[in-house]
Amino acid sequence: MKVRELAQKLNLRLFAGEDGLEREISGVYIGDLLSRVMSNSESGSAWITIHTHVNIVAVASLNELSCIIIPEGIEPEENTLDKAVAESIPILGKKVSSYSLACRIYELGIK
Amino acid sequence: MKAAVDLHIHTALSPCASEDMTPNNIVNMSVLKGLDVIAITDHNSSANCEAVIKCGMKKGIIVVPGMELETQEEVHLLCLFDNIISCMAFQDIVSSSLPDIENREDIFGRQTLMDENDRITDINRQLLLTATTLSVEEAAQKVANLGGIIIPAHIDRQSHSILSNLGMIPEDVGFTYLELSRSVCVVDFLRDNPGLSHFQFIRSSDAHELGDILERETFLEIEAKNARSIISKLCAQHGWR
Repeated sequence: MKVRELAQKLNLRLFAGEDGLEREISGVYIGDLLSRVMSNSESGSAWITIHTHVNIVAVASLNELSCIIIPEGIEPEENTLDKAVAESIPILGKKVSSYSLACRIYELGIK
Repeated sequence: MKAAVDLHIHTALSPCASEDMTPNNIVNMSVLKGLDVIAITDHNSSANCEAVIKCGMKKGIIVVPGMELETQEEVHLLCLFDNIISCMAFQDIVSSSLPDIENREDIFGRQTLMDENDRITDINRQLLLTATTLSVEEAAQKVANLGGIIIPAHIDRQSHSILSNLGMIPEDVGFTYLELSRSVCVVDFLRDNPGLSHFQFIRSSDAHELGDILERETFLEIEAKNARSIISKLCAQHGWR
């Protein structure tokens, strides 16, 4: 499934990184300690994190993650959005918990 | 004496810092700003400290060697020492606690090592901008063993701060000072965090660019204008002053 399709089906808000919406999602990784994400997330994964620091885009680029999804209605910082545009990493969000996001993505067939 | 200080400054060794953050530029800008004491605190490395200390000696400004350590919990801690030998001994501990990830300059930026003439002596290829395997408690113990002091960095921020990542300040570590960002008013901060009123606070720039370095706005009352007086001042508990 492409990021664009996931965003539409879950009615996610797109904060930035529209150019990356055609990226393919191969799985999901959930985590908030960037060092853990860096060492454990797999290429193509959608990443659910409450982190909004600019470094999340660097980590997503480094591990070639498909997109970043921010739960709980948290708004990313301005410089994070600028970096997401520059790196074409979509940053999406929704006012639900990480668990709820994960469940809905699972229901869409990404397991 | 009352010393104007900025105890949190990055050099070009930090991948996220400007290439203009050379030893001479930092010292000259700090002199222009009227500072008496600065500390050099790159991410997980102290490799540029000695070059800045040498520059500082020529210009009559005290340079405290240090590091901004990232702990296992992704908490940023300023680690400051009264001499370069202790600082580099801590550097050895940190180097062996840092995962072996190659830096991607295109994503994180360049990690430049320089001498006191701003000449590039090497490029650090190991990514500095990540967590070490040291916990907050371990780091505090190791820094104390070397006669240094630990100050939790920018505790007002949402990322990499001890408050955001651990939810509270661990009381048993024995912190004396907590760092606030330059823009934060201590009175306002304490109104929102009344439980922290027994700590002392210090505001620093966390400068990644030359223009960010503080003006004469943060002061410490010290015995003499040297690094040792700064460290002993920072170690002192409330009420001992």
